[in-house]
Amino acid sequence: MGNRVAVIGVGQTQHAAVRGDVSLPGLIREAVYRALDDAQMTMADIDAIVIGKAPDFFEGIMMPEGYLAEALGAVGKPFFRVHTAGSVGGSTAIVAASHIEAGVAERVLTIGWEMQSCSEAMWALSFPIPFQQQLVAGAGGYFAPFIREYIRRSNAPDDIGVLVALKDRLNALKNPYAHLHEPDITYDSVKESFMLWEPIRYSETCPSSDGAIAMVLGSESVAEATAAATGVRPAWVHGMSMRSEPSMASGRDQVSPQAGKDCAADVFAQAGVTDPRAEIDVVEMYVPFSWYEPMWLENLGFAAEGEGWKMTEQGATQLDGDLPVNCSGGVLSTNPIGASGMLRFGEAAMQVRGQCGDHQIDGVRRALGHAYGGAAQYYAMWVVGADKP
Amino acid sequence: MSELWTQPAIDTSAIDGLTDAETIKRVRIPASISYNYIPGLAPTRFLRGLAEKKILGERCQTTGDVYVPPRGVSPIDGLPTVEQVELPHKGTVASFCVVHIGFGVNAPPTPFCSALVLLDGAAVSVYGPVQEVPYDQVRIGMRVEPVWADDDALTTSFENIKWWRPIDEPDVDAESLKGHM
Repeated sequence: MGNRVAVIGVGQTQHAAVRGDVSLPGLIREAVYRALDDAQMTMADIDAIVIGKAPDFFEGIMMPEGYLAEALGAVGKPFFRVHTAGSVGGSTAIVAASHIEAGVAERVLTIGWEMQSCSEAMWALSFPIPFQQQLVAGAGGYFAPFIREYIRRSNAPDDIGVLVALKDRLNALKNPYAHLHEPDITYDSVKESFMLWEPIRYSETCPSSDGAIAMVLGSESVAEATAAATGVRPAWVHGMSMRSEPSMASGRDQVSPQAGKDCAADVFAQAGVTDPRAEIDVVEMYVPFSWYEPMWLENLGFAAEGEGWKMTEQGATQLDGDLPVNCSGGVLSTNPIGASGMLRFGEAAMQVRGQCGDHQIDGVRRALGHAYGGAAQYYAMWVVGADKP
Repeated sequence: MSELWTQPAIDTSAIDGLTDAETIKRVRIPASISYNYIPGLAPTRFLRGLAEKKILGERCQTTGDVYVPPRGVSPIDGLPTVEQVELPHKGTVASFCVVHIGFGVNAPPTPFCSALVLLDGAAVSVYGPVQEVPYDQVRIGMRVEPVWADDDALTTSFENIKWWRPIDEPDVDAESLKGHM
């Protein structure tokens, strides 16, 4: 790695199915100003801006960065957009941090967003084009066959997904920014919810959200000065990694993709983590469909192959477990697609900084933020920690 | 919160007839775009094959794996796939889900089975509905064949394969389908 980087400001919007009270620039600014306030900075302090969002047809606005530049305070500054489908929030944070690692900037603002109410994301994933094979079933229809195959291989009980969904939605009740707040949710209500893409039920599926998150990243000297002024410790970046693989290739295993394994191995090696389950205190993981929790626990190396569901079943991933996963409520409770990956990265940083309020885990020293995207072919991860690396 | 965050209220009093008007915040506007699409060399070969009820994959020069539909390049070595391979009209359900909420203009009535079908001789699966069998009887490893559009309705389109249906052959071992979904 190059120069040290730390998260010194995090801000997110209130997430909702429709944020009818703000425009797209207004939505983004809500997150930006909260992040700047957290870092006790103004836009004038920012050297460069790195943004990311999902493919443009999810909002129906082509290349929105052009008209947003002014609203984001980017005029006259380096302004850069990242594209890696659903993992983009994570990749964007990594590209932003790279500017500081490389020594070309001291203070970088990074933003991820999606205003999904502007368009029809489900349609965008199922549009009828005669020259391609058609997926007439939306994103859930794409991923459900791999969940079925995971269940077949692991012999997991069929209610593991129910347990994940219940946990994440209960966690969301402790997160005031989360989109879904369902105080009456129960094991039975999840299990009895409408089957969408068997084996995925309605309550095991992420919502479609409007929302944004912004982070201010600083160099070592900036981070230390900011921490002295704000009294909030920086979340130091201990490692960050991206990997990808072809969407269609012989030998590819979409139940536990090699790119995810390689990305995790790389980020843990950078952070000096040799036993992830013991050394990582909290995980924010990209789980748009409930079963991806046990699948990613295995893919990331927190559990052996075929054993991830046991961690879920035994409660290890609950708030009071030994490896809390998605204390914020995760993607299952809030899914503005282009922001979802950065929300994982930002929530990991907030856990390290002690900013999570009711969903804060005590004594977090190291946290993992994880994002994936596309046909499970793009991965982005970072480990942030309380100690300067 | 920063001062820049506040925005002035809209003063409508100066405009006749707007004094008590409800502020419109959102409008819903259906939009469409028409494309002329040129699919490229390998997809053109594939689509022209479909018009003759031929399923034409293309072989990776390095591994020998057959990709269908072909993209003209192997994802393994990045080299062109130049050898065409006509695949038999038989395949295996590599995995599937039961769809209770369909999307797109060509979605069958729900519930229906959406499967990944690995054609015999191919290295990767294609998505398609499985019909002519109750959806709850579809299995990983089940043998299937394509059901084609009527001859006078054939076009250079993936839609020529209307759906897949079971054939009376023993199931394939699910373990052998790993890496080919």
